[in-house]
Amino acid sequence: MVLANAVTQPEGVRLLLEVENLTKIFGSARNEVVAVDNISFGIYPGEVMSLLGESGSGKSTTARMILRLSKPTKGRIIFKGQDISTLKDIDYWRQVQMIFQDPFSSFNSFYSVHSFLGKAFRLTNNHLSESERTARMEQSMESVGLNAAELLFKRPHELSGGQRQRLMIARALLIGPDLLVADEPTSMIDASSRVGILNMLMDLSRKHKMSILFITHDIGLAYYTSDRLLIMNEGKIVEEGTAEAVVDAPAQPYTKRLLADVPTLRKAWDEEQELA
Amino acid sequence: MKNLLKAQDLKAYYRLVGGTEIRAVDGVTLQLRPHEVLGIAGESGCGKSTLAAVMSLTHNPPLRVMDGLIMANGSNLLSLPPEQVRRKIKGTYISVVPQGAMNALNPTQRVRNFAIDMLQEHHPEMKKSEATDLAQSRLTDLSLPVRVLDSYPHELSGGMKQRAIIVLSTLLDPKVLIADEPTSALDVSSQRSVIRLLLTLLGEGIITSIAFITHELPLLRQVADRIAIMYAGKLVEVGTMEEIIFDPRHPYTKALMGSMLVPEKHVREQRIEAIPGVPPDLKNPPDGCRFHPRCPRRQEICSREEPLAKTVGDRTTWCWLMQ
Repeated sequence: MVLANAVTQPEGVRLLLEVENLTKIFGSARNEVVAVDNISFGIYPGEVMSLLGESGSGKSTTARMILRLSKPTKGRIIFKGQDISTLKDIDYWRQVQMIFQDPFSSFNSFYSVHSFLGKAFRLTNNHLSESERTARMEQSMESVGLNAAELLFKRPHELSGGQRQRLMIARALLIGPDLLVADEPTSMIDASSRVGILNMLMDLSRKHKMSILFITHDIGLAYYTSDRLLIMNEGKIVEEGTAEAVVDAPAQPYTKRLLADVPTLRKAWDEEQELA
Repeated sequence: MKNLLKAQDLKAYYRLVGGTEIRAVDGVTLQLRPHEVLGIAGESGCGKSTLAAVMSLTHNPPLRVMDGLIMANGSNLLSLPPEQVRRKIKGTYISVVPQGAMNALNPTQRVRNFAIDMLQEHHPEMKKSEATDLAQSRLTDLSLPVRVLDSYPHELSGGMKQRAIIVLSTLLDPKVLIADEPTSALDVSSQRSVIRLLLTLLGEGIITSIAFITHELPLLRQVADRIAIMYAGKLVEVGTMEEIIFDPRHPYTKALMGSMLVPEKHVREQRIEAIPGVPPDLKNPPDGCRFHPRCPRRQEICSREEPLAKTVGDRTTWCWLMQ
């Protein structure tokens, strides 16, 4: 089953990624934990989507399976028409890249920015000269708003959290993926720099027709960035729709409760609704 | 009415090896009034947790108070002997729930022992069973399950752990509760249950006031009576919740409010812009107003002279535009 979204995509556009009846069970037969319970969804080329859920909902396990960091117990993941379990790591990761939550522990502190970015070329298989590589690095750093002249030979501890996360994105851009999976990319970044990083990701998605899958518990982030939202709870997708539809008119009780508990700016918490 | 706690011209610096100083709190004057929730908000590194540590008298080297007073009941708490602070102030007048407290419980001890240790520290004659009874009846009063006392920390959910810590930290009915990011690692539903508990403690008169430190302004919109905004070790604006949220005046408060992502229509109607630049290095903060390098409305004077406080009603702003 594929849940297509007729609202944002014209007919005839093929899905970039299809998740079919995906299940992940941890533990032994006697003590099973069903982390992901038979979920299906698809992402179109250039689409920004959020997999939204609280801790323990199974969203990160789903992301790990999409990234091939974990094997599904059941079901399959199709990328551009091919089952990803049949693809080589290097071929897959050339097209699907990731950025993580913690920009402080994503780096080896012994490597400079230059050698960190240089390792990305191992994936892209092209035999560029040293000067061509450096030029590409500078270009990708500038495109994420980093000053290459100043930062290229610095080490991670000399960069702020926001700069490190931008650097992770610069690295992903060097590879030029069709899908970027972003697992809580701004939860450790200050409010004032956070919007800047999200704006940049949205711009890059538009410019390169790169799809982005945000994995997040942050409804504000998902609502601001995404075309579509998938709400996950206890391993299942409980609601799916455009960001406006899900936030303005949630259909499922779980989504309603979740939205009622999120602190917002214009409205005070409604105690009646909470007790209902 | 008299303040419960007041920081007066407080300066607290981290003094590092080699003599470098990080000026994390640099001249802050802030009152905690009776029967209020005072929100203290700002981005990471603005000094809000340092302020919480000093106001709760839990600061340790390399953090030192360089100047200023912490006033309560007419005396400067910073000049009291440590023994008196430990017995007469901590836990009984001021209680603190530090950042990450729920992960600081001893994993090999049942939660009950935390309550017993805390109570016996203040009342050495109290029996273990009396201490347990006291904790039990308080949990019951607050409609929380008594079983948490018999649990080990890993057996409780994050939200339940945090609520247990808050209940146990307030067993001695302190006037002031200082809560540093008490909900930041929690899901929204647990976050709300922690907030509900804090407000119940206030409503029941178990505590008199709360200083709530957070980086989340939408949360303060829900719970705070007044909000203080910090930037780079200084206050930039203090006012009622309505003033700060719905009518911010300082350019930093405005920019910060404007960068909040909440699931409300206005967020999708236009592109939200980040504040350009990064906060300054507090080893060597800029002269004048500390926000001036990033401020869209800076004037010539902003880079030279520190703005003076301008108070109108409940609101105080530190900005040359307001003079």
